[in-house]
Amino acid sequence: MLEKLDSGIAVNRFGLGARPGELGTLVGDGRDWLRAQLKDPPPQLSDSRLRSSSDILVEALALRKEIRQSRQAAALETAAGPQLPALMKVPQLLRPVYIEEATARFRQAVATDRPFVERLTQFWTNHFAVSVDKNLVLGLAGSLEREAIRPHVLGNFGDMLLAVERHPAMLLYLDNHLSVGPNSKAARNVERRHVERKVGINENLAREALELHTLGVGGGYSQTDVTTFAKVITGWSIGGEQGRRPQGEPGKFMFRVELHEPGAKVVLGRRYPDTGYDQGVAVLRDLARNPSTARFIATKLARHFIADDPPSKAIERIAQAFGASGGYLPAVYGALIDSPDAWAEPLAKYKTPSDYIVSSYRGLEIPADGGRAPLAPFDLLGQRPYSPGSPAGWPDRSADWDGASALMKRIEWADAVGQRVGNRRDAAQLAPQLLGETLTSATRTAVARASSGAQAVTLLLAAPEFMRR
Amino acid sequence: MQRRDFLSAGALAASGALLTSRLSFANTSADGKARFVFVILRGALDGLAAVPPYGDRDYASLRRDLALSSENVLPISDVFGLHPSLVFLKESFSARELVVFHAIASPYRDRSHFDGQDVLENGYVRPHAAQSGWLNRALVAMPDRRVSTKEVGVALGQNIPLVMRGPAAVTSWSPSKLAALDEDTLERITDLYAGDPLLAKRLADALAADAIAAAPGVNMESVAKNGGAPGARYTEVVHAAAEFLRRDDGPKVAVFDTTGWDTHANEGSAQGQLAARLAALDAGLRSLKEQLGPVWADTAVLLATEFGRTAAINGTRGTDHGTAAAAFLIGGAVRGGRVIADWPGLSGRTLYQGRDLMPTQDLRSVLKGVLEEHLSVPSRELDTVVFPDSGAAKALRGLVRT
Repeated sequence: MLEKLDSGIAVNRFGLGARPGELGTLVGDGRDWLRAQLKDPPPQLSDSRLRSSSDILVEALALRKEIRQSRQAAALETAAGPQLPALMKVPQLLRPVYIEEATARFRQAVATDRPFVERLTQFWTNHFAVSVDKNLVLGLAGSLEREAIRPHVLGNFGDMLLAVERHPAMLLYLDNHLSVGPNSKAARNVERRHVERKVGINENLAREALELHTLGVGGGYSQTDVTTFAKVITGWSIGGEQGRRPQGEPGKFMFRVELHEPGAKVVLGRRYPDTGYDQGVAVLRDLARNPSTARFIATKLARHFIADDPPSKAIERIAQAFGASGGYLPAVYGALIDSPDAWAEPLAKYKTPSDYIVSSYRGLEIPADGGRAPLAPFDLLGQRPYSPGSPAGWPDRSADWDGASALMKRIEWADAVGQRVGNRRDAAQLAPQLLGETLTSATRTAVARASSGAQAVTLLLAAPEFMRR
Repeated sequence: MQRRDFLSAGALAASGALLTSRLSFANTSADGKARFVFVILRGALDGLAAVPPYGDRDYASLRRDLALSSENVLPISDVFGLHPSLVFLKESFSARELVVFHAIASPYRDRSHFDGQDVLENGYVRPHAAQSGWLNRALVAMPDRRVSTKEVGVALGQNIPLVMRGPAAVTSWSPSKLAALDEDTLERITDLYAGDPLLAKRLADALAADAIAAAPGVNMESVAKNGGAPGARYTEVVHAAAEFLRRDDGPKVAVFDTTGWDTHANEGSAQGQLAARLAALDAGLRSLKEQLGPVWADTAVLLATEFGRTAAINGTRGTDHGTAAAAFLIGGAVRGGRVIADWPGLSGRTLYQGRDLMPTQDLRSVLKGVLEEHLSVPSRELDTVVFPDSGAAKALRGLVRT
């Protein structure tokens, strides 16, 4: 019985929902299908319109400067003087970038034949969450995923961690570019000029790196560790014009030594000599290898792939693989796949809105970029891409997504999808192809007896087994 | 300045004249008219900016150029003021419909937003101690009231926040931009969910909420119309809350949340980032009052956050995660015009761990007082089921007109 369910679990829980025919291509064990996806280098988004974070940032910062200068110029004009032409605002510049990024990612999720890797990519993006409701992040969230997550999704956790913490999107999102060591050269210069303004650290990135990216809350760090780690990463900033300070490469990571708090520092009981930029790298390397990190990541993976309250045996197994491999992610995923718990209970996870939309499009072979507003379904169902609203990312439990109003939205949307494609899709024929052995006789019957093709599609998408994975 | 210089609950109870003059009002809780709204301010509201202690001798030096002064605060005592954005709150204070709490905190003492919010909502001492929230457990303990819907509580949003999850029947509602389903399809889906208790329950709850939203006299259309524009969500939510609560046969308890209070950098002062958010919050509360009409007289709205922020500004003109914060109780049913604070001061010695405003009041005392006197939740239940291990946090009574 379990054997028969394996392929359905593989494509729906570990993948992004079956495409028609996909279940049939799984020969033998669903586990083999998953392992095979981990072999080649991870796929990158191929859309040529997508630009590097530094390009986007340089353009946004240039616009910002232009706006500031035009405001200053306007202030000099007399009240009766000529009005300056209105400049585009920064969000207007970045919104099209955001839409292109999110659409490219959506397209990839719907079309990919390595859906396990794509789901893992989304998992890590959510683990290292930024949110586009904060100014410049609107233009950079997509590039964070492309530049720091995707290249490492089948690599080492420590490398991904470093790539993320250095990325302009994360530095800006958690304010680290503004953080100044209280005894740094820059702080002393400010003091010498007797400016009233105080400069100092901002502990936002340091705290979230410990709490959300590595050790997890309760992972053994103190407030002193947070503050000290914040000092360690003072100077982790972004290149570009900053008064008379060195410019570096505009829009790219830059270690600004004049902002860095000098001296050796003790984090989690270990002393790190002052090696400038490398001091932060050394702390991150140790954090990546910390047993609390292994356990925290294992718990999150198990919650995402097994159950809201994952069994401790599975967590142990995954954490063990994380520790033994030094955070080599394919080994970690292997331990997840090999956990019998991951295959014991079908449909243990309630789909997030994003899962629900992507699996519907895959199952019905709807192109992701059709229509004028490809991201509209995400808005309607309450999960706009890259906008979890907090660095903790989207929650990953049923109760966070199964609200009454949320369910009604899904059903209404399923109805709209049915109206749109119902006369061109045979839901009765698709049902077993998408749901495999999890298809219940109640759903099979309801879909078969629908009064129209549109209604059949609606019933298939609204079915309890399609709401879950 | 000395500790206990300010109106504490005890001092106020002693000035009994004010209390008794209100006793002739209808007992809103016993006849089931009382409405309660809980607003979660997610992200850790800076209590020292929202309710600046401009009379505290250490305040200005901690806040430096972000400090508000007697020039720009809206004073509510010779020590405390309201942020200049909080115009409606100031009016409500003057109308004795607002109580301001300061140096208040949940039992949570670390500085993680997510665990802090969990404790704020679960009502336990520790994060992740329960899958249900105190407000839902309080609904279970409420005496039977003659309401025609079984859902006493509604969450404004697609999903239900932890504070409202649990055994009591609650629903969630948010405006829809999609066409409603035809009856036949809906019936078939209802049949399809017969074997799935969770989905069957959720669908029934959604239909119940939609029925209220579609009832004559309810104007949800304008709610939905506002959607889409940035910042419109909050306006939309407030409007929907009012539409549900002002009905006799609708839910009596509503919950919603607002975000964006995590002001680590460039927080601003009388103007700026936080000022704009506070202004929006203030305007939303004003429109809640307007839209509730006469029902406002039976309403108490409690606004709370997971924890406060550092007493001093950080190196980036913002504030980092702290401990004690401010909270607000507002509404026609509130015995307001008071600041309730056991002010610990802001000198280096009195700061919690040398950096945060010291908590001197337990938020659970306020919640218990409101739930007991406004919603008639028995105190026995409050001490055990609703807020386990809260014996030390005695209910703060006299906050609402009973």
